[in-house]
Amino acid sequence: MSHERCAVIGIGQTKYSAKRGDVSMPGLLREAAQKALADAGLGWKDIDAVVIGKAPDMFEGVVQPELFLAGALGAVGKPMMRVHTAGSVGGSTAIVASHLVSSGVHKRVLTVAYEKQSESNAMWALSQRFPFQPPVAAGAGGYFAPIIRAYMRRTDAPDHIGMKVVVKDRTNALKNPLAHIHDPEISIEKVRATPMLWDPIRYGETCPSSDGACAMIFSSDGSEVANPAWVLSTAMRSEPMLFPGRDEVSPRAGRDCATSAYKDAGITPADIDCAEIYVPFSWYEPMWLENLHLFENGWRAVDEGKTELDGELPINMSGGVLSSNPIGASGMIRFAEAARQVRGTAEAHQVDGAKIAMGHAYGGGSQFFSMWIVGKERP
Amino acid sequence: MTTVELVSPFVLEYAYKRSTGPVIGRFLTALRAGRIEGVRTATGRVLCPPVEYDPETGEDIVDFVEVGPEGTVTTWTWVAEPEPGQPLSEPFAYALVKLDGADTAMLHALKCGKDALVTGMRVRAVFAAERSGMITDLAYFQPADLPAPELVPVPAEHPVTRFKAPVHAEYTVAAGATTAEFLRGILRKELNGRRCPSCDKIYIPPRGSCPLCGVRTSEVVPLAQKGTVTTFSIIRIPFEGQVLEPPYAAAHVLLDGADVPLLHIVGDCDVDDVRMGMRVEAVWVEDLQPTLASVRYFRPIDEPDATYESFKEHV
Amino acid sequence: MALRDVHIAGFAQLPNSHDLDDYDEAEMVQEITERALADAGLRREDVGFTCSGSNDYVMGRPFSFTMAIDGLGAWPPIRESHVEMDGAWAMYEAYVRLQHGDVDVALVYCFGKSSLGSVDKVHTYELDPYSLAPLQVDPHSLAAMQARMLLEQGLITEAELAHIACRARRDGNKNPNAPHSDEADADALLAQPYVREPLRAHDLPTRTDGAACIVLRVGGGGPRIRGIAHIMDQHQPGSRDLTDAVSARQALEAAGGADGVTVAELHAPYTTQVAVLKRAMGLDDEVAINPSGGAIPACTPMVAGLVRIGEAAMAVRHGAPAAIGHATSGSLLQHNLVCVLEAE
Repeated sequence: MSHERCAVIGIGQTKYSAKRGDVSMPGLLREAAQKALADAGLGWKDIDAVVIGKAPDMFEGVVQPELFLAGALGAVGKPMMRVHTAGSVGGSTAIVASHLVSSGVHKRVLTVAYEKQSESNAMWALSQRFPFQPPVAAGAGGYFAPIIRAYMRRTDAPDHIGMKVVVKDRTNALKNPLAHIHDPEISIEKVRATPMLWDPIRYGETCPSSDGACAMIFSSDGSEVANPAWVLSTAMRSEPMLFPGRDEVSPRAGRDCATSAYKDAGITPADIDCAEIYVPFSWYEPMWLENLHLFENGWRAVDEGKTELDGELPINMSGGVLSSNPIGASGMIRFAEAARQVRGTAEAHQVDGAKIAMGHAYGGGSQFFSMWIVGKERP
Repeated sequence: MTTVELVSPFVLEYAYKRSTGPVIGRFLTALRAGRIEGVRTATGRVLCPPVEYDPETGEDIVDFVEVGPEGTVTTWTWVAEPEPGQPLSEPFAYALVKLDGADTAMLHALKCGKDALVTGMRVRAVFAAERSGMITDLAYFQPADLPAPELVPVPAEHPVTRFKAPVHAEYTVAAGATTAEFLRGILRKELNGRRCPSCDKIYIPPRGSCPLCGVRTSEVVPLAQKGTVTTFSIIRIPFEGQVLEPPYAAAHVLLDGADVPLLHIVGDCDVDDVRMGMRVEAVWVEDLQPTLASVRYFRPIDEPDATYESFKEHV
Repeated sequence: MALRDVHIAGFAQLPNSHDLDDYDEAEMVQEITERALADAGLRREDVGFTCSGSNDYVMGRPFSFTMAIDGLGAWPPIRESHVEMDGAWAMYEAYVRLQHGDVDVALVYCFGKSSLGSVDKVHTYELDPYSLAPLQVDPHSLAAMQARMLLEQGLITEAELAHIACRARRDGNKNPNAPHSDEADADALLAQPYVREPLRAHDLPTRTDGAACIVLRVGGGGPRIRGIAHIMDQHQPGSRDLTDAVSARQALEAAGGADGVTVAELHAPYTTQVAVLKRAMGLDDEVAINPSGGAIPACTPMVAGLVRIGEAAMAVRHGAPAAIGHATSGSLLQHNLVCVLEAE
């Protein structure tokens, strides 16, 4: 691609928790945005445009919330957009915002993704009985459980792999003060003892429901800070939800998205030092490791500890979606945490010497994928 | 195209739980006490209703200022037939009211004889007798020269931090021609798919447009009522809005002759017996309705399991 | 960096009608995208980026846009994105995407149905959830308060509003994609009762169902985008000047200005807003306003804005030297987008 550069110069995240009853929706977004502005050493007036993202409006019962949030994000008198691409939205929001800079249209752009799930109940919102639709609705878990079973069958993966992923991610989360779930006693046994919700998914292998927001500031030359993260590539791919011969375990859209992201960044998967990938149910870590061409056998990589914080390719250093899940923001957190790693600002969950990192999100029936590769060095 | 007859009402409603944060919370706490507070920005403007920020700049607000309870109408309209959920059930006006001491106007209801309505009129806030910490604690404005009802005190509780916000929207949903044709088949105990003219694949439920090829479909293909469970999950979690009692098996059922699996339930057997490759057939309810739920579930039949190789492309 | 020249290569819309019950999302999208691509002389495999606009609450269910993908033939997987906004903003995103140089054709579409339910009710939930939504202020009431300000400040008369309505109906009846409106002279309209004083039925939008698609292409001819820009204004109706649309004026300026423009398609659902926009954007009487009839005879949620851009493109294709396509979002012209098109 021939275009301008884009650098991440500010990152801000709220504390994630089941219920941020101490803030309003504008307050939640401002908490993340003001931290990002402070990180970049900028004020509201320095921002040229704002892009927000979140999952369905039905989660908070506010239609097109960019309208009432404009003033809270300093967007009055500026362009403002609202992206919604299902679960991948946090990632695609970051990409849309970064494109405003890399296209040469704007110099500095603020992006914020959020969800305030405590305002309603996601299972309710996702299980509405819309007339004339088939009756088997059981939230996201009900949709993904059969696909996980198909992965287990296809690869002969042993049952403990999913639990191992949970233990790794929630151990990592102990090093991330913003994470929703902090469980110092996490163990395989503890996860195994949790109830089966959507067999084969145990309660302990599912993501929490969180309130939270994540913000980033993009700049065209990165000169505002000493340690920008450079966007080396972005990629998005979509495919239909159901068609004959569809591989739901390893969708082609995900594979193509990864191939495109690596090619445009001029790297191979081996060049990646660490990655934050979207794992709302534990088994999706081994599934995505294969889908994203990171390991030929995903479950063996997990089993051998290769994806632990000190492993060959650390995955979800922040604790991942399994430890914090403000749905609309979850994708952006992956992107932002990848950027923190190459900026060297990931504090206790920093991977030493990380130079190239990947952020990944997906949504719908594993149909919508967004990814980016960020680097420490200016391309 | 076939005429549509299948239409159903649908209500989307939920009582959202709004947390207010400190600024809106303070405003609502004051309303509950029968006072109106605005906020002052760094440029000295006083905003009411208050927000946590200066909407012109994004900067934090500086402090709180008591405003009103009287103010001036800057514009209005007459609502002759109020809708349910609007502030008053009798005819009333919506008005923008610039409260004394504020630089912005507040939108609210104005209770007033229609003939007395005029831009520039002076009005006064009237508080509801029962107040819980919501914008509707300010019940309405009325002409300032009318005697104001006495403020009914409410117990001074802890500050307002949240309130309930019901959202209610009513829809009339039509099935769409393709789905209506499918559902009319169900009333005859038929499971009819559609074939894509370009790739020849058969979809059930039928698609009006082939997801792979992006072309219209039209040929209706009757399908067998038997099929194979290609993968499944056991739903053991109860949740708000659930239709079936857990545990139950939600399965991908590939009907013989179809190219995509149907998402449905497997019944008439122990959930722990459900397995990939299991052969099943449709069991219909007695009172057929135009919905896929007229297939009560799929039950096991006495046929050997399909081999994994035979359906692995469909999981 | 100089921006790449982007052209509107194709446009299609389903007729804005009182109900499109027969169509589901995928079928609407299948038909308009096929027709717009045919208009552009392109095939599905030529498209490098796809972006859409729709609204879950309008359609009554979460993720309603995901169903629409089935109308695209998205195989092999496509580069695709969605905004929960009018399709005009999807077009903005697509325009920005085309600036990167790796893809040259973008497909933009949108759909919406008023017939499903109360669009007016859905609009009440886009208002501030703390101070406004609990009051259930309907859009007609909001527009009426804006109208009163215009009338009382002498910026417009009720007779002028009736003339705007007559003209919108007459032009709409010439537009095969707008439903039929009963025509009447201004005096007859003014004899009708108020719906929300001072607005009468003729001042209000006719809610319709519809879908639209625009094909953008780098090079290749057709109406050229001089500029496309959008600006957000304050949300609270009591904290901005409702007789003006500052953000529409700013967006026009950022989109390259109105030089040479002879046609303006304005997304004004109310007669009053035609007047506000015309004045705010400095359009004189030489500029033909809404030759399609505009958004009063046919107002499809999430679609009416992109249709304005499409209609402006058709005006340029049929000889106008330059034309404005305008879209709005939110209450009382809070968020405005302007696309200025010109002949090559």
